[in-house]
Amino acid sequence: MHCGACAGSCPKNAVFLNDTLPVFTDACNRCGRCVKVCPVGALEMEAKA
Amino acid sequence: MKRKCDVLVVGAGPGGSSAARHAAEAGADVLIIEKRQEIGSPVRCAEGVSRAWFEEIKVPVDKKWVAKEVDGAKLVSPSGSSFYVDEKMAGNEVGMVLERHLFDKAMAANAARAGAEIMLKTSATGVVKEGDKVVGVTASSYGEPLAIEAKIVIAADGFESQVARWAGLDTSLTQNDITTCFQYRLTGIDIEHMYTEFFIGSAAPGGYVWVFPKDEDTANVGLGILLSQLKKPGEVKGYLDKFIKDNERFTKGQPLEAVSGAVSVSHPLDETVMDGMMLVGDAARLIDPITGGGIAHACLSGMYAGKVAAKALEANDFSKEFFQEYETLWRNRLEDKLWRNWMAKEKLVTITDEQFDLVIETLAEAGVDKMSVYNILKVIKEELPDLVKDFEEFI
Repeated sequence: MHCGACAGSCPKNAVFLNDTLPVFTDACNRCGRCVKVCPVGALEMEAKA
Repeated sequence: MKRKCDVLVVGAGPGGSSAARHAAEAGADVLIIEKRQEIGSPVRCAEGVSRAWFEEIKVPVDKKWVAKEVDGAKLVSPSGSSFYVDEKMAGNEVGMVLERHLFDKAMAANAARAGAEIMLKTSATGVVKEGDKVVGVTASSYGEPLAIEAKIVIAADGFESQVARWAGLDTSLTQNDITTCFQYRLTGIDIEHMYTEFFIGSAAPGGYVWVFPKDEDTANVGLGILLSQLKKPGEVKGYLDKFIKDNERFTKGQPLEAVSGAVSVSHPLDETVMDGMMLVGDAARLIDPITGGGIAHACLSGMYAGKVAAKALEANDFSKEFFQEYETLWRNRLEDKLWRNWMAKEKLVTITDEQFDLVIETLAEAGVDKMSVYNILKVIKEELPDLVKDFEEFI
């Protein structure tokens, strides 16, 4: 849906929308807020390797 | 590629276009960059706005971008009791539901007519600073890197504002100050097409469900829920699907469009300016924390910022101190309301469905002659003082 909810709610400013898809930078601390805020559940957290 | 301008506006929403127009009208060399390929599309909005704003923001109402005018609003309690505020009967300005994809283009066209230049498919990728001062942005324009030097940058890049954060302003929000939204444009439904409807209570914890008519049997049906009230990813869509399923007026409707997004429902930022930069609209967190409405505040703050930008160019002073005039203008007009509604929102989260029922009954008995959060709070203060005692001095 490329709505930008993930980018706007990221406390570390670690997510931005590249055209339509979210891109995560190294600043991401895996807090999971973007996963929760996404209105359509498009994001999920991968288990830590 | 490189280029220069006096005023660079990042984002061609209503706030950005308003800023661009007012700066250009005063003679500034203005460039607007917009990351999308079409201004106003896709729509990420419920599209409701009060007609009363348009005179103040200096935009004559044009039928081309108005989908529907309504006579008033209807508030519905969790148990289904309701009360109407008939604005037309009271002689007040009525509400409107916009065609945002056309409204945004009309606003951008106003900016263009005033002399602003527009670049589409151009997204900011970073902010360029000299010491503490913002002096431009780096961008990607149709995939090509572009460096833009500007005397003033106006960040109008919405809720997901990166520009302000790249520049170093702290605009981070707590989970209590973010509402996540989902909406369908539903057709073939039974609506009261002369009213905007608001459903409060546990159907949308910390927020509300809206039904804003687009025509006689089509409406934007959506809801916003506070992030702190959500438990599972993707839950907000589930809440809306449940609301529609449980309400026979809407069950047979078919979606023409699905819209999602998030809005800030925070108190105002401490600072919306820095050397070389001003923030407007959603980027400045100027969304009303109770209604989630941002269009009018964006246009208004954009107008203020555009005018102050033009004055700054005349004075050749792009300092934070000079931009205090912008802070003062929007704060004098909006700040008390934003704080009051933020406190009301904090209280709203704690209210049970039974209390909401009581509030609606009380409002129905007492009557409210004008649909505004302030007027509703005034009645509540009179009739149910306990509910608002934490912030009664603001009412």
